[in-house]
Amino acid sequence: MPNILCNDLCKTYRQGDAVIKALDHVTLEIEPGDFICLSGPSGSGKTTLLNMIGGLDELDRGEISIDGQRVDQLSKGPLADLRLHHIGFVFQAYNLIPVLSARENVEFVMQVQGVPARERRRKSMAILKEVGLDGLEDRRPAQLSGGQQQRVAVARAIVSQPKLVLADEPTANLDSVSATHLMELFRELNQNHGVTFLISTHDERVMRYARRLIRMQDGKVISDEIQKSV
Amino acid sequence: MTLTLRMAWRNIWRHSRRTWLTATAMIFSNVLLVFMIALQFGSYDMMIDNTLKLFSGHLQVQAEGYQDNPKLRSSIADVRSLAAELRTALPEARVAPRAAGFALVSSEDRTFGIEVVGVEPASEPGVSTIPGMVTAGRYLEEADSAAIVIGAAMARNLKVGTGDELTLLGSGRDGSFAAGIVTVVGTFDSGSSDMDRALAEVPLPWFQDTFAMRGHGNSIAVAVDQLGAVADARAAAATVINDRDDLVVLDWNALHPGLRQAIQADLSSAWFMYGVLIILVGFSVLNTQLMSVLERTREFGVITALGVRPRRLASLVMQETALMALVGMAVGLFLGWLVTLYFHVHGFSYPGMEELAERFNLPGEMYPSITFGTMILGPGVVFLFCLLAAVYPALRLFRLHPVDAMRTV
Ligand SMILES: Nc1ncnc2c1ncn2[C@@H]1O[C@H](COP(=O)(O)OP(=O)(O)OP(=O)(O)O)[C@@H](O)[C@H]1O
Ligand SMILES: [Mg+2]
Repeated sequence: MPNILCNDLCKTYRQGDAVIKALDHVTLEIEPGDFICLSGPSGSGKTTLLNMIGGLDELDRGEISIDGQRVDQLSKGPLADLRLHHIGFVFQAYNLIPVLSARENVEFVMQVQGVPARERRRKSMAILKEVGLDGLEDRRPAQLSGGQQQRVAVARAIVSQPKLVLADEPTANLDSVSATHLMELFRELNQNHGVTFLISTHDERVMRYARRLIRMQDGKVISDEIQKSV
Repeated sequence: MTLTLRMAWRNIWRHSRRTWLTATAMIFSNVLLVFMIALQFGSYDMMIDNTLKLFSGHLQVQAEGYQDNPKLRSSIADVRSLAAELRTALPEARVAPRAAGFALVSSEDRTFGIEVVGVEPASEPGVSTIPGMVTAGRYLEEADSAAIVIGAAMARNLKVGTGDELTLLGSGRDGSFAAGIVTVVGTFDSGSSDMDRALAEVPLPWFQDTFAMRGHGNSIAVAVDQLGAVADARAAAATVINDRDDLVVLDWNALHPGLRQAIQADLSSAWFMYGVLIILVGFSVLNTQLMSVLERTREFGVITALGVRPRRLASLVMQETALMALVGMAVGLFLGWLVTLYFHVHGFSYPGMEELAERFNLPGEMYPSITFGTMILGPGVVFLFCLLAAVYPALRLFRLHPVDAMRTV
């Protein structure tokens, strides 16, 4: 059974008089443990697709199910719970809560998830070490580089072992070394922990890490191929 | 400290100047409220105390119905021995039996209707300040018989002075004709124009003889050291008269219904002023918290996207407000207490106070009352209103749409 199933997704936005087809009959299956890159020009609908799968926005048409559960039919509360417990998010930038340290950022989400305090502490330390932030646990986001901040965001996204990590241009604000390190981390988490990744990007170097590359344009999927080079 | 509380605390210092400005509004109003309320209650205590000290005492034992319809006939049998019993039961208090009736008083050329009160010259100074306010001649003494002390205004009206004789005419307790000749031994100036015009005091035994009282009296005044002791004294007095169904104990509230009304009128005008002040502080908090929520739209959008429910963010905003209000409360309470303490020790007076002082027979200086209640009342209400003011900004978070929120920069 497929992990995630998107069927005939449509979404239009109105900007003034213009009607923008952000998603135009998108159909997609994502298998558990897959490592997928979404690419396409600006405005092609990548963010919209990620938001839909993550239950952040409402579809005009179509259906999305994760493990057989219809995401598009859930109401706000259960959607929040779905995101909290089963989906990890990494956004382009400003991911972190600025007043909390790296460790507290990770612990905050775990606290909301209802993880007991001692376990929170242990897990957050372990995951920060795993993403390579050993010794930087008590720094605030402002005291971390862009790449380090994204690592904290990744740590926060995966600490409770979600089924799926949605990352929207996670490397956009990073230099190429940090971007490569982040992608290495993603690949390792995918290979060692079986986390499913769906990553939107403009970046050719990021796309090289993908097992499967989906190209979008004007809200449509224009190509969808398995890459052998990985 | 929980993570959310830590987060709240750090958040309020993200804009420390703004937080201090808002907290300063709270501090300012808290200092003002602490001092004003303490002063107000201090002045009420004083007003009550001084009004009661003048004549009525804090408590009175009376025949039932006497307060509303003071007739000579609604009386207390054996009033002096009941007074003695009360003295035993209330060793801390001062007790003075009295009899009182209406009489026509005549000098050589004038006649007026007045209130004549028979008093024990030795006990009276314990419950009334009138004996100490004799400005000409002297007060009554135990050895006096047909002697009278009258108000200064009455003396002027009657055109008499000390040593002059007055004729009293009235009717006795049994309906008989009561008459006597008394000598003015002193005049008093109480500051209360009613009393100075229409009150006269004579020795109780002489009154009882002249008005055919047969040992009866009309009231027993009881004075205690402070207002706080009234309730206990009242209970003790009630036990003493337990077996006498015709008697009641009245406290100052019943004796001076106008006093409480005056206080309540003053209170409600003060509450209005305080209310305006508190609402202004509330708006400043509303403004601050609304700004602080709006500028964090993106941050809150990301947090909501992670699956955190709006309820938690709303509670974060409420905790931030509560912390800020606590800072305002702690500092304001402390400074307010210092200011109040200073005036509590040194006394406080303001221009225009004389007028009030005269009306209610107050001394020229007021002493704010420092109790837990007077200290905490103002800051407590300010705190609640600050929380209330943050409800709207907090509720806005329930309408936050994560995608839109994250698109705002
Ligand atoms: N909330 C919205 N309101 C109005 N228009 C929107 C909204 N969200 C997306 N759009 C529009 O929908 C189209 C698709 O946007 P989307 O953000 O999905 O593109 P994208 O592929 O992520 O682009 P980019 O690479 O620039 O991030 C764009 O034209 C965008 O302007
Ligand atoms: Mg995008």
